[in-house]
Amino acid sequence: SQIHMPPSSALQDDKEYVGFATLPNQVHRKSVKKGFDFTLMVAGESGLGKSTLVNSLFLTDMYRDRKLLNAEERITQTVEITKHVVDIEEKGVKLRLTIVDTPGFGEAVNNTECWKPVADYIDQQFEQYFRDESGLNRKNIQDNRVHCCLYFISPFGHGLRPLDVEFMRALHQRVNIVPILAKADTLTPSEVERKKSKIREEIERYGIRIYQFPECDSDEDEDFKLQDQALKESIPFAVIGSNMVVEAKGRRVRGRLYPWGIVEVENPAHCDFVKLRTMLVKTHMQDLKDVTRETHYENYRAQCIQSMTRMVVKERNRKYGGTRHKCPPC
Amino acid sequence: MEGELVQPAPEETPRDANPANVGLELFGYVGIEAVLDQMRIKTMKTGFEFNLMVVGQSGLGKSTMVNTLFKSKVSRKPTGPGYEERIPKTVQLQSITHVIEEKGVKMKLTVTDTPGFGDQINNENCWDPIIKYINEQYEKYLREEILISRKRKIPDTRVHSCVYFVPPTGHWLRPLDLEFMRRLSKIVNMVPVIAKADTLTLEERAEFKKRIQKDLKAHGISVYPQEDFDDNSDDRILNNKIRDKMPFAVVGADKEHQVNGKRILGRKTKWGIIEVENPAHCEFPLLRDLLIRSHLQDLKDITHNVHYESYRMQRLNESNRLALSPINGLLGKDEVESDL
Repeated sequence: SQIHMPPSSALQDDKEYVGFATLPNQVHRKSVKKGFDFTLMVAGESGLGKSTLVNSLFLTDMYRDRKLLNAEERITQTVEITKHVVDIEEKGVKLRLTIVDTPGFGEAVNNTECWKPVADYIDQQFEQYFRDESGLNRKNIQDNRVHCCLYFISPFGHGLRPLDVEFMRALHQRVNIVPILAKADTLTPSEVERKKSKIREEIERYGIRIYQFPECDSDEDEDFKLQDQALKESIPFAVIGSNMVVEAKGRRVRGRLYPWGIVEVENPAHCDFVKLRTMLVKTHMQDLKDVTRETHYENYRAQCIQSMTRMVVKERNRKYGGTRHKCPPC
Repeated sequence: MEGELVQPAPEETPRDANPANVGLELFGYVGIEAVLDQMRIKTMKTGFEFNLMVVGQSGLGKSTMVNTLFKSKVSRKPTGPGYEERIPKTVQLQSITHVIEEKGVKMKLTVTDTPGFGDQINNENCWDPIIKYINEQYEKYLREEILISRKRKIPDTRVHSCVYFVPPTGHWLRPLDLEFMRRLSKIVNMVPVIAKADTLTLEERAEFKKRIQKDLKAHGISVYPQEDFDDNSDDRILNNKIRDKMPFAVVGADKEHQVNGKRILGRKTKWGIIEVENPAHCEFPLLRDLLIRSHLQDLKDITHNVHYESYRMQRLNESNRLALSPINGLLGKDEVESDL
């Protein structure tokens, strides 16, 4: 993209004009050169269509070489954290996308604290960044912090399950949680509405702080405001994913072919897939990164520093405090 | 015990008795077949009992399925929109009994639901209350059976079939599914079904089924109809066909919609109506046929002749024989409690 410099004659006439209105363009050009990165985590029970959705969202086939475990392996499975990195390019803009998956989550008979490996992973990325940031050579810091976590809620329950509540409560201070109502093609329109409002009500009741869309500026145009409003009211996004192309009414669409009809993934009347993709990629990707940086990471950093300070004080008291206070004999 | 045929020991057969007790040719009409009519009339008069248990995580459509099976609001749960579903902290067992009638035949249907199963974060041993319930029904029957003066018709509360709802993940059975079915298939007729199957395409269903069948085989889980109990080759052929298709991919619905001028039971989605009784859409008809139309009596027979018998044998071997003899009557109360 070109930087539009006004002709010099106009500059001379307008004494108020400095020229930094071109800054956004400069930033834009630099970013395009550097490329963007984004780390997305997907969490939820197995079989809710997480892999299919990720593939649909970014039009890739990330899970091509996925190995299916046999019966014994599954019985003793613990929660793992896996990372897939893919470089996507569109119209000259490069995106390095990292997908963090959580196979084994909620799979076992006893799922007590199965969210812990996930929380630990997120904290580790924060810790890594904290170290790098505090280090001497800060040229090539790699940002592996998780920017967004899509949490998949089963459409078969009656709203949130105990495990869903526990997971989201454990993670909402660490990462931006975007709740997803998975496999929504199993629900009739009224069931979708009912479940969505039930889930929203429960999220509020249990004090779960999901990712909040930033308020619209008052000077935004009506269309944008309406779109923003619609987005907020769609939570949790009722999604369907598919990598197959089927024939519907003479058109080729991404969808799922059933004996009773065809579900079109990209049809807004069928599901919220387009809304989710728009939000995630087109409109809110930068905000997700900002909130991660400004809120979640800062919280972690503050806590870290506090606990380090506490440790230092304790250590100091231990070393020097012992001469002044004699412990009574036990 | 049901009618037992007493065969004379081979050595005792008198020399002039007919060696072939089967295949006697009749040279006229005797009227033996009329016994079928007599049985039918009697059954219609007395009616019969059927006890069904449904197990699975909440939200898999168990209550709706039961209502669909028996075409009436058998299940206690109101399905209105304002209904608040509360997940109990421990597994509860709730039984409701209805008497339904069709063409003069009365059926006393008892459906036992198991809310709370598999819904907690820690589901260890969530199958214990269910196993306990099933064994308690066997125990009840056993106590009636060993009385000196027994009831003419012992009330049968034994679970004749346990329908287990597998969530349609499309992947494979979860550890909870395997643990449950492994234990329960030993004491009750287990019929697994793929619940809410309208979330799977036909291909996904077929693959899922294959994987489930492999899983069940790998873990030695024997589901109904069990291969070991095929009476004869005809049965085996019929049951093999059924076993090939299990677990059935089912969809439940208790609302009717207008399709091609007819009132059809189904689910209306944005992309079409899923007709529950259409074999091209789902396998609900197969489940219904198995449980009600073709194998209902067989389910009861296997429960009585196999599962109940093995429970009985176990109890007799455990307790002191004297305590159990008809002279003393009822089992000592303390013995019963210690074993359950």
